[in-house]
Amino acid sequence: MNNPAAEAHEPMVRAVGVHKSYGHVPVLNGLTLDVAAGEVLCLLGPSGSGKSTFLRCINHLEVPDSGYITVAGELIGYREQGEFLVEAGERQIARKRAEIGMVFQQFNLFSNKTVLGNLMEAPVRVRREPKAEVEERARANLRRVGLAGLADRYPGQLSGGQQQRVAIARALTMRPKVMLFDEPTSALDPELVGEVLDVMRDLAADGMTMVVVTHEIGFAREVASRVAFLHQGQIAEIGSPASVIEHPSHERTRAFLATVR
Amino acid sequence: MAGKPLQAPAAGTGRDVAVQPPGERKIRPRRHPWRWAGVAVLAILAAMLAHSFASDQAFDWGVVGQYMTAGPVLDGLLTTIELTAITMAIGIAGGVLIAAMRLSPNPVLSRVAWFYVWLLRSVPLLVQLLFWYNLGALYPRLSFGVPFGPALVSAGSNTLISPFAAAILGLGLHEVAYMAEIFRGGILSVPHGQTEAALSLGMTRRVALFRIVLPQAVRVVIPPTGSEVINVVKGSALVSVITLTDLLYSVQKIYAENYLVIPLLLVAVIWYLILTSLLSAGQYLLERRFGRSLARTPRADWRPWRRGIPPREAS
Repeated sequence: MNNPAAEAHEPMVRAVGVHKSYGHVPVLNGLTLDVAAGEVLCLLGPSGSGKSTFLRCINHLEVPDSGYITVAGELIGYREQGEFLVEAGERQIARKRAEIGMVFQQFNLFSNKTVLGNLMEAPVRVRREPKAEVEERARANLRRVGLAGLADRYPGQLSGGQQQRVAIARALTMRPKVMLFDEPTSALDPELVGEVLDVMRDLAADGMTMVVVTHEIGFAREVASRVAFLHQGQIAEIGSPASVIEHPSHERTRAFLATVR
Repeated sequence: MAGKPLQAPAAGTGRDVAVQPPGERKIRPRRHPWRWAGVAVLAILAAMLAHSFASDQAFDWGVVGQYMTAGPVLDGLLTTIELTAITMAIGIAGGVLIAAMRLSPNPVLSRVAWFYVWLLRSVPLLVQLLFWYNLGALYPRLSFGVPFGPALVSAGSNTLISPFAAAILGLGLHEVAYMAEIFRGGILSVPHGQTEAALSLGMTRRVALFRIVLPQAVRVVIPPTGSEVINVVKGSALVSVITLTDLLYSVQKIYAENYLVIPLLLVAVIWYLILTSLLSAGQYLLERRFGRSLARTPRADWRPWRRGIPPREAS
């Protein structure tokens, strides 16, 4: 972090040998992956392939059994002590999470707070930033997702597409280094999917580093810098959208794409 | 059939019935004759009861009226109100704490909380009150200092624990156990995604609990808490066994001298009814206040005869 030259070469997200199992069921089998700054990586794969689990490991909502992940060169959930990785305290993990934006399938807007309250809560409470400054930024982000007029509504009064755009604006108001999207359009009515993808496309064009778990093949083909296909907790295939989606080399990828299209 | 367009078509034969344009058919609400019959029966029963109350000598309403605002009764009433307020304050504060401990990922905290609830819910409240009142028999002196070492401060149990203090300890610690379970239920009723979203924004578990989850749990927690307050009002009558002069004990003291048992018990009953009625009204207002951010449809009017009539536009 202190050395800008090193940071330039450092991938924004690096996962090394990440293992995770629930009981005896392995979900991630030594997943290793780099995401460069400014890159948009789409994770495809059948359900149970570990895409969402991997995404949740990046901000330590799931704790890997072994392996480690760094974001912007910093370890997530551990600190280095000699040759050991020592589990970090809750505050330290929270500080790291504040730099990683996450958008959930079910939006998870705070239903007791207005739209503006949702955006301002974390910057004001967690970062202790001045309210006026945060409010200005929050309103700018609402304009960016096209919802400037809804600042005083409660989440329950919004459509699914609007809620998800608010959720994106909420994550952006923390000025994250990376944005994680966990099937952001899977809970939406078909006619509302487009408005959310438009916002994400706009974000990608602005150079945000994004890791997106999705079933929207069209979006992946158009927006992703790279597409990874996960199978049984490992990367079966990774490369440009053209190579993975148009000319899949892995038999499992072909079978999956045939069912999705 | 086409000649009787207003009659609903029989099942399966609707094909040749002329369809009325929407809006021309009037809807007549269902009638409820049995409800009116029920009201009539209840009215007769209520009249009989009222007549008995008014005419029976044993009730002696004159005496009731005379003692309703007697000094000792009002003092007892005040004690009951104080006990309830302090007990609920302890119950809510301790309940949130124990519920948070119980749901904590820390196994030590979680098990301590489980043990507390298990113990305090298992022993009858009356026994707990007697226990605190007689603590002096078990530990004649209470001291604060180094464990197994010298005491810094020390006092006799009986001077430290007055009947009022014993009542507060007994009622309060007992209430904590029940409120803890109510808050645990409330916290579990908030979708886990709310906590995950809070954590993903960099909040610690504690901040997420107090800023995001608990405010949403309040809505669920209010109705059972309302019941608990009423339980405490009535449960506080148990303190008469440890010679604390609450509402019940104050009237008991009076009828022990003048033998007007029924009228004086009625005095207590009427005060308990007034207290619980006020508390129920308070609960209604609280529920309305906390339901706001989640309300999608306007709520039903509290006056049954106005239900079904569209409310005026909110100003």
